[in-house]
Amino acid sequence: MMRYLPIGLFLALAVLLFLGLGIDPKTVPSPLIDKPAPSFELPELREPGQVVRSEALRGKPYLLNVWGSWCVACQQEHPVLMQFAREHDLTLVGLNWKDERETALRWLARFGDPYDQIAVDAEGGTAIDFGVYGAPESF
Amino acid sequence: MMPELGQVALLLALLLSIVQSYFPMVGAHTGNRRWMALAKPAAVTQFLVMLLSFLLLTYAFVQQDFSVAYVAQNSNLDLPVMYRISAVWGAHEGSLLLWALTLSVWTALVAVKGNHLPPAFFARVMAVLGLINVGFLLFMIVTSNPFMRHLPALADGADLNPLLQDPGLIIHPPMLYMGYVGFSVAFAFAVAALIEGRIDLAWIKWVRPWTLWAWAFLTFGIALGSWWAYYELGWGGWWFWDPVENASFMPWLIGTALIHSQSVVEKRQQLILWTLLMSILAFSLSLLGTFLVRSGVLTSVHAFASDPERGVFILAFLAAIAGGALALFSWRFNHFARRADFQPVSREAGLLVNNLAMTSACALVLLGTLFPLLADAAGWGKVSVGSPYFGAMFPLMMAPVVLLLPFGPFLKWRGDDAGRIGRFLLPVFIISAVLALIVKFAFDAPWKAALGVLAGSWILLGVAEYVRRFRQDPSRRIRGLGREHIGMLLAHAGMGVFVIGVFVTEATSIEKDVRLEPGQSVEIRGLSFVFEKLEHYEGPNFVADQGHFVVRKGDVEVARLNPEKRGYRRGEVMTEAAIDPGLTRDLYVALGEPLDDGQAWAVRVYHKPFIRWIWLGALLMTFGAFVAAADQRLRASAARRDEPADATQGAPA
Repeated sequence: MMRYLPIGLFLALAVLLFLGLGIDPKTVPSPLIDKPAPSFELPELREPGQVVRSEALRGKPYLLNVWGSWCVACQQEHPVLMQFAREHDLTLVGLNWKDERETALRWLARFGDPYDQIAVDAEGGTAIDFGVYGAPESF
Repeated sequence: MMPELGQVALLLALLLSIVQSYFPMVGAHTGNRRWMALAKPAAVTQFLVMLLSFLLLTYAFVQQDFSVAYVAQNSNLDLPVMYRISAVWGAHEGSLLLWALTLSVWTALVAVKGNHLPPAFFARVMAVLGLINVGFLLFMIVTSNPFMRHLPALADGADLNPLLQDPGLIIHPPMLYMGYVGFSVAFAFAVAALIEGRIDLAWIKWVRPWTLWAWAFLTFGIALGSWWAYYELGWGGWWFWDPVENASFMPWLIGTALIHSQSVVEKRQQLILWTLLMSILAFSLSLLGTFLVRSGVLTSVHAFASDPERGVFILAFLAAIAGGALALFSWRFNHFARRADFQPVSREAGLLVNNLAMTSACALVLLGTLFPLLADAAGWGKVSVGSPYFGAMFPLMMAPVVLLLPFGPFLKWRGDDAGRIGRFLLPVFIISAVLALIVKFAFDAPWKAALGVLAGSWILLGVAEYVRRFRQDPSRRIRGLGREHIGMLLAHAGMGVFVIGVFVTEATSIEKDVRLEPGQSVEIRGLSFVFEKLEHYEGPNFVADQGHFVVRKGDVEVARLNPEKRGYRRGEVMTEAAIDPGLTRDLYVALGEPLDDGQAWAVRVYHKPFIRWIWLGALLMTFGAFVAAADQRLRASAARRDEPADATQGAPA
């Protein structure tokens, strides 16, 4: 048994590693795939008094981007979103997550504003419905 | 021009490695002495060419030749010279070059020192080393060329990863690689022995110092990495069970088993298969570590430049080298299988237990490291395995090692009486237990810390007791302790120091996260950390906020600490912790984020008792291995090679 054990285990390991090469360890699965987006009804960031409703967005594809002015990685992602907004027609909805209105607006003024609508999720309840792992994240 | 020369040097090195592997191997098979004799000049020239190539890349960095893509990606005009040099191995391509250079250093050393080995055996060893180099150079030239041009040249480069802009990181990779790659020597010896189907006992003695050197470098390299993570990452931790840390730890565990089982082969001609297998595995796991880091199959803080194409190449290489050697192992199995001739209580049995424990521990780490990959491939979802698994399982695996370690040196070969040693060690145990109880009740420490003191003193005092008895024994006193013996005892003592450090630190460290404004202070264990002021300054390639802290005990000033938050050019933000080191405690301050528009800062303050003992223990182990490697007895054996070979050829079992 000892004779073939090392080579046998090694072959199993090699197969596993080969399979592993095809998998991206950084992908994060979402339980929501093939399901309707969770509904939300949140105030709009830039125009107080207005409301962003998921009902109004239903039926058309849109990209929901979760961000916050406190989030360093969002800053890095931002140029991609800016370019995306210039080059594509797709509706881009921002979900401003656990942020303060003033700082969020200042952040947008500084780095640019690619969003068609921005919903304010100050409590983070909608983010929980979406199953957000961390910002930035898009759906 | 210069980078092209470096490129040519790499190609030349590849050709020389092919010469070094093909001709000696075929020559050894056909008995062609001339072909065999090519090994040495090929290896030495190959080393010189690799050195040239390495120096040329270094030159490109120092001269800031941003027409070389690798230089442009990893340095810029503002980078200090020291870091421009260490940037040579700061990313993927250059670190491969360092790897290959290290291998040629070891190969050239074997070539120069190996005169006394039987010519055919020596030729095979050199051929195997050459083959490894062929694979590595091919990998580098095909997928990761460090001399690739980027034309037109950039005016300025990007930056070296700021995490790596640190003195500790200048020597961490070279030391680690010396260890990883050093195991290639034992590997080549094992493969050569497997090819010949017989083992010459002289080579065990011959290869032992090489293995000890490699193990010492690896130990030192791992300790450096841990120390660096402690002060540079700013979280006060010293080991994170990160896949790449594990990748360096697995060869260490197997290497530890290897240096122990080598002595059994030498003294008792037992555990030959074990030793061959450990020789193969120690190096194969080093290659696996390279695969895990470079291919991106696992997420890790070290996984810079992950790339599936490179992954496929390294995997093929790993399969050829490790798979080939293991296939050879099972093919030649019966040539080396011997009837076990073991007394249950004897030195060799003790070493076997040690080997089993080290190998199981390695299997445990391997399983934990690869489980996320397995789960992902099998569709069980995303799983991460971290400290809770390793932290709970690993000490359990090591418990028997710690318990039995003091018995080891006392045990006689061929058979011994456990009761005899038990009587020697009973006082040691009692004193250790008393110390543990003092720690528990006089210092009011947690049980875990007391347990660590018990285990650590048990090892340390066990070593001391051994030395005391050795000196009392008139027959042994005359010869004195040999260097190999002293080295072993030092390394064991290092283990004791390490165990105390780990348990006491883990059990008693205090961490406080506080919001501090300049002028405010925080108290930990009777020490008050006063946040005096914050200063802003500009470094060569970063801007920093530096906090000024004074630590006071009552009215006495204990330390001044200046932690920093740095913003580097590429946008990374780094935390530079400030540490006041001490034998019994470290004081550690790290700046978090500015709060309320910079009026206050989130500050992490730690009091970490005995954490230095962790690295002190590792240094003792390193030092012990160096001392043992320098034993004259091992050198003398190589010089006596003219005697008729004491060859054993096991009868098929």
